[in-house]
Amino acid sequence: MIPEFGQLALALALCLALVQGTVPIVGAALGRADWMALARPAAAGQFVFVAIAFGALEYAFLNDDFSVLFVAEHSNSALPVFYKATAAWGGHEGSMLLWIAVLAVWTMAVAAGSRSQPQEFASRVLGVLGIVSAGVIAFAFITSNPFTRLIPAPADGNDLNPLLQDPGMIFHPPTLYVGYVGMAVPFAFAVAALLTGRLDKDWARWTRPWTVVAWLFLTVGITLGSWWAYYELGWGGWWFWDPVENSSFMPWLMATALIHSLAVTERRGIFKSWTVLLAIAAFSLSLLGTFLTRAGVLISVHAFASDPTRGLFILGLLAIFSGGSLLLFALRARNFEAEGGFKLVSREAFLLANNILLVVAAGLVLFGTLAPLIVEAIGLGKISVGPPYFNLVFLVPAVPLVALIGVGMHTAWRTMPGDALLRRVRVPAIVAVAIGVVAPFVFFDAASVLTVLAVSIALWVCASSLLDPVRRLVQRTGAPLTRGQVGMCLAHFGVGVFMLGATVTSAYNFERDFAARPGDRIEAGGYEFVFNGVRSVPGPNFVADEGEFELRDEGELLAVLKPQVRVYQVQQQPMTEAAIDSTVLRDVFVALGEPLGDNAWSVRLRVKPLIGLLWLGSGLMALGGLVAVTDRRYRVAVRKTEHATAQPAPGAA
Amino acid sequence: MWRYVLPLAIFVGIAALFGVGLTINPNHVPSALLGKPVPTFSLPSVTDPDDLLSTQTLAGRVSLVNVWGTWCVECRHEHAFLVELARAGLPIYGLNVKDDRAAAIEWLSRLGDPYVTSGFDPDGIAAIEWGVTGAPETFLVGSDGTVLYKHISPLTRGVWERDFLPLLEEHCGPADCPFLAAVGGP
Repeated sequence: MIPEFGQLALALALCLALVQGTVPIVGAALGRADWMALARPAAAGQFVFVAIAFGALEYAFLNDDFSVLFVAEHSNSALPVFYKATAAWGGHEGSMLLWIAVLAVWTMAVAAGSRSQPQEFASRVLGVLGIVSAGVIAFAFITSNPFTRLIPAPADGNDLNPLLQDPGMIFHPPTLYVGYVGMAVPFAFAVAALLTGRLDKDWARWTRPWTVVAWLFLTVGITLGSWWAYYELGWGGWWFWDPVENSSFMPWLMATALIHSLAVTERRGIFKSWTVLLAIAAFSLSLLGTFLTRAGVLISVHAFASDPTRGLFILGLLAIFSGGSLLLFALRARNFEAEGGFKLVSREAFLLANNILLVVAAGLVLFGTLAPLIVEAIGLGKISVGPPYFNLVFLVPAVPLVALIGVGMHTAWRTMPGDALLRRVRVPAIVAVAIGVVAPFVFFDAASVLTVLAVSIALWVCASSLLDPVRRLVQRTGAPLTRGQVGMCLAHFGVGVFMLGATVTSAYNFERDFAARPGDRIEAGGYEFVFNGVRSVPGPNFVADEGEFELRDEGELLAVLKPQVRVYQVQQQPMTEAAIDSTVLRDVFVALGEPLGDNAWSVRLRVKPLIGLLWLGSGLMALGGLVAVTDRRYRVAVRKTEHATAQPAPGAA
Repeated sequence: MWRYVLPLAIFVGIAALFGVGLTINPNHVPSALLGKPVPTFSLPSVTDPDDLLSTQTLAGRVSLVNVWGTWCVECRHEHAFLVELARAGLPIYGLNVKDDRAAAIEWLSRLGDPYVTSGFDPDGIAAIEWGVTGAPETFLVGSDGTVLYKHISPLTRGVWERDFLPLLEEHCGPADCPFLAAVGGP
């Protein structure tokens, strides 16, 4: 019965989403306060029913109800309970339900946070979120119902894909989804502005914190995914440019552009239609991303139309959400008037460059991802686009983008004399280039021009991000930095740290594969490895071959590494669990390959200098976002909100 | 004026592309070989160069011919299911295309070998004869040596049940295909 309750709850949620998506918007157009006031209760009701539906699916998983097709396909009675709970989003149907649930949470947050905004505007925002929700619930309900029964029920389930039986995979999808789905909020704000026909600095101030929160979840989600791929896939790589990764990266690039464009709109009242366009693009790419990753639409080009109904439905949703909002944009955006201008040397100009470069980067990634489809559509056969294209092409916008951070953040709004700017950025630039040229030779004995350039730029961004905070600490003059400024410095420092890590890891990665017998001592990458053999280790639902390696540096034991090859009993799929010894300066990565006979095993060894900086840098970016959203001017808005809620809302009675 | 319409135009272009993409149903790419005898080819086996996989090998019983390579990520994706089918008794022959022999052997020993024999085709010569456009691709070959079906993209359980099983049931009974029930048939 419980799954049927879930299904019923989902149907009721759909009805409420339809109410939320129509009545308040029509009410806003007609000026009917009572219709507009329906937005919040409808959103709350929708949230409750979505929660019931999600709870019902979790119930089915936790109770091993294999009469539910989705549970039978993605769970197994021997699966640890933790993974049973998270298997709910281990496949397409459940992921869609998670998507819907996350949107319901965002909608509730917006409903609560928008009370200080004009009712006409807030009800349009909630209405747009209702339309999005209705579309996705209908998609789940019609093409991807997680509650479909499987009669007769199998004795046991097919088990969760072993790749997903990992802590990294538990937190990665929900975090990414919070980010993806969060892009619906700036989208709703943008569409509401288009509907209203007005867009002012207040609009940007309301939109910005939501965007930053969604962006920071996206940042953390992508980082978790990359980290997971690094240690779970056993190849020692951290970014593969596959369509799934790309489809999370494109919205991230757009969201990053949006945050910067919003800064200009909030501060100066310009870039208005551009900001709206970015908000629409970021959400459209998120939608595309969700469906590409989870709906099996573009696991590879081959799989694009693996389910034509789903594909068609998705196309319909994209046409309604993106096409509809862009049509509105074409009709209304010219009403947004710029409230000022700016000179060539100004922060606006640098942020414009930032936006162009980020959009170009996203466009190049999009092109590479869709190119196989384009080529096939025009009948030229089949091609595949891989890392060589992306690695090369992405650097073209990325290197100047990062380089400009160092200047851009020290430029004044409106206009600034060129020589004054030069004086401000001179010292960190000289220091960074000096270290960038010398350090690679000191630590690694060799360097290419590109490495020197990239290291210099990375260090420059780090140094110039610290310039203002350090100056303020040392001189103790002037106004203290706002949280927004501290957040910006942190995030930009994170970009520099990330770039340093990415450059050094790629340039000075040590890789070796070899055959090892028990007792072998191997000198590699400046370390000594002692192989103590392989033994069999049982797990809850797998059997593992576990190797033992002593990692030694000049005889001193640094760590004992125990990489595993697991064979999961149900799906009989071998999985690599690499063993990694991490320090601040490097990771030593050991993965066990396959038995070569005669007690020998193939072993994969990697020494990755500074790879930790990738995760640290991304973490700092996200932390910067977190600090920035706690800025006073957003808290003032919240305080106003609390003040406003103390009074009876007009039309609520 | 035009700059406000441009985004919509770009979107319509991309949407049209998706629309075309949807009409290309990759699971039903017509093969020039469909209903025709398998092409004449002869390849040494991956695991044993003295062993041959040729047109004659395929004659006499219903089988799958699966195009794979260690460079092909999607092949890794479908591999477990191929092993499962092979365990159930279905004869599967491999066409190992544009690959390195050592890597291919390593792949088979690590992930399991579902193939009766895998033909080693480093230059993709036989693959051209077969009209292969990429990997993975899977052909269903009848006992009379004609190509019954061609599937592009990983062979999943869903694809198997939807596209392959009905054909299999049509072209062979429990007598000449004893594995039929084990691979999902009646």
